[in-house]
Amino acid sequence: MNVAALATPSAHGWVRQIAGPVHRVLKVLFSVLLTFLGLTCVTFVIGRVIPIDPVLAIVGDKAPPDVYARVRAEIGLDLPLPVQYWRYLMKVLHGDFGNSVITSQPVLADLLHVFPATLELSLLALIIGVIFGVPIGVIAATHRGRWQDQVIRFGSLLGYSMPVFWLGLVGLLAFYAKLGWVEGPGRLDVGFDDIVPTVTGLIVVDSLIAGEHDVFVNALSHLVLPASILGYLSLAYVARMTRSFMLSQLRQEYVLAALAKGLSPFRVVWVHALGNAWVQLITVIALTFGSLLEGAVLTETVFAWPGLGLYMKNSLFNADLNAVLGGTMLVGVVYIGLNMLSDLLYPLVDPRARESS
Amino acid sequence: MSDVTLRADLGHWRGWLLDQAPGSRWQARLGRWYRAWLGFRRNGLAMTGFGVVLLLVGIAIFAPLIADREAATLQVLTQRLEPASWQHWFGTDELGRDIYARVVFGSRITLTIVALVSAIVVPVGLGIGLPAGYFGGMVDAVLMRITDIFLAFPRLVLALAFAAALGPGIENAVIAIALTTWPPYARLARAETLTRRRAEFIEAAELQGASHLRILLTQIVPLCLPSVIIRLTLDMAGIILTAAGLGFLGLGAQPPAPEWGAMVSSGRQVLLDQWWVATIPGMAIFITSVGFNLLGDGLRDVSDSRAG
Repeated sequence: MNVAALATPSAHGWVRQIAGPVHRVLKVLFSVLLTFLGLTCVTFVIGRVIPIDPVLAIVGDKAPPDVYARVRAEIGLDLPLPVQYWRYLMKVLHGDFGNSVITSQPVLADLLHVFPATLELSLLALIIGVIFGVPIGVIAATHRGRWQDQVIRFGSLLGYSMPVFWLGLVGLLAFYAKLGWVEGPGRLDVGFDDIVPTVTGLIVVDSLIAGEHDVFVNALSHLVLPASILGYLSLAYVARMTRSFMLSQLRQEYVLAALAKGLSPFRVVWVHALGNAWVQLITVIALTFGSLLEGAVLTETVFAWPGLGLYMKNSLFNADLNAVLGGTMLVGVVYIGLNMLSDLLYPLVDPRARESS
Repeated sequence: MSDVTLRADLGHWRGWLLDQAPGSRWQARLGRWYRAWLGFRRNGLAMTGFGVVLLLVGIAIFAPLIADREAATLQVLTQRLEPASWQHWFGTDELGRDIYARVVFGSRITLTIVALVSAIVVPVGLGIGLPAGYFGGMVDAVLMRITDIFLAFPRLVLALAFAAALGPGIENAVIAIALTTWPPYARLARAETLTRRRAEFIEAAELQGASHLRILLTQIVPLCLPSVIIRLTLDMAGIILTAAGLGFLGLGAQPPAPEWGAMVSSGRQVLLDQWWVATIPGMAIFITSVGFNLLGDGLRDVSDSRAG
């Protein structure tokens, strides 16, 4: 942790300036590498545990023993486990997750096809969570112990106690079926399919680029309910963490000094204290985004949203193990990437982390 | 008259519990618990959570007394999708089963999952965290690397992959959830061990010739347990939600078991016309998880105020 101490005492000037960050980056990369290897180990083991015999799946149960043995050797199941793992790792590194049984396409192509839908959903949810969650958390902190704080604390507790799939159903029932404020399940109405050329994969963005106003409105109307529901969950977490970070900032002496100097309390809270709290919030937001990807699995099932979650769920029930493991790997890699990003960003926004521990 | 003696008796016990100079180890320990309880009792929300959890446990234990076991699985196809009535308090589902009975008996499944996951997660977490903190060095580095790897995984997705590989069912759901829940406990146990490792009473035990195992089990584990238990209470809502999520996806308890998540899922088809089939079991999940969260928050507050 103590990066400055690791630079040799005789090192001066730029050497010392460079050594700290470089060491830090290397450390982060090393831990990312280990975690990635761990992830592949786990998916490899899952692939071994599964009670389906992949050889039987190819040759059928009436195949003579020699055919069985030949196919078994062809797919490399007769090799020692470490060798099999090595082969698996090499394939994964080349982006080869095998073919999907249902779509008979390479799993990677499938994943790249469905991932933008999930990204669209979870990005909007994250934006909702941060835009509302941070101010709410600040208000709770500045009104500590008063009714505003109690209401916000209870409201966010309800948020992270909520089964997201149930909230989704209740939302559909209320806002789609009864009130008719939003569109129902799916990403677009049937009539709007395939109008907009794919640029980013996010239909809301693509329709704006193409200037298709109707498509944009329809897509947004489909998106807003699932995104709000996921957003509420992340809002609850973001608000709670903002509150506790702000409380620890507001206790510091610089706040008192700023107030004593005659700065307006508004400025001290929202600019000075919140400015410092952002440093810690970055990690929280990165983790929130990871958990949104998870929440998307359930939300997509409820809203028939054609993203990664629905893809994994459907693959699961068709015993399409390649697709399930590919999806797990993708979510895992995004997760690890987010962790790495927040580790690397931390010293950039916090000068203290750059200097020493 | 008996009321007076009872009150005097209680006052006596109170004095004994709050005694500043306890005469025995047990008196000190009970006194500490009693003070924590006094602090906890003042927290209205936490008491609500405690009440909800007690109620849930009560419902699970006395399920056969308050609901008809038969009705939970009995399919009466002539009474499909009936709204709430005196006969069926929460209505009936798509197979004519009584939703009230199913929700009541479903509490047993939920609590079983929570209990089993806890029974796996705490020993595993302690088993990895304690040696890491106690021995340090290579042991620590290796064990914590493994922990970090599991900590970096998305929980539900990994549980999903495990459940897919092991096949659907309660046991496998429990294993899958446990596999993704233990890492924070290992970290917690390690941190607690590190703060106590150099304490004088540990050194005293070492000088008396106690083995490492004995020191870990008799000196360090009891000190770790309070924070582990608080963490567990806070985690229980998450465990319930993950289990319900797996059930909703069809990977938890299998039909006809009255698992709440699976019940929500089966009610989806009739959501627009018979809303109660999906929403009532969901409400049960929600209330349970709120209860555990309130209880956990309250316990944490009590332990924090004790610490400083």
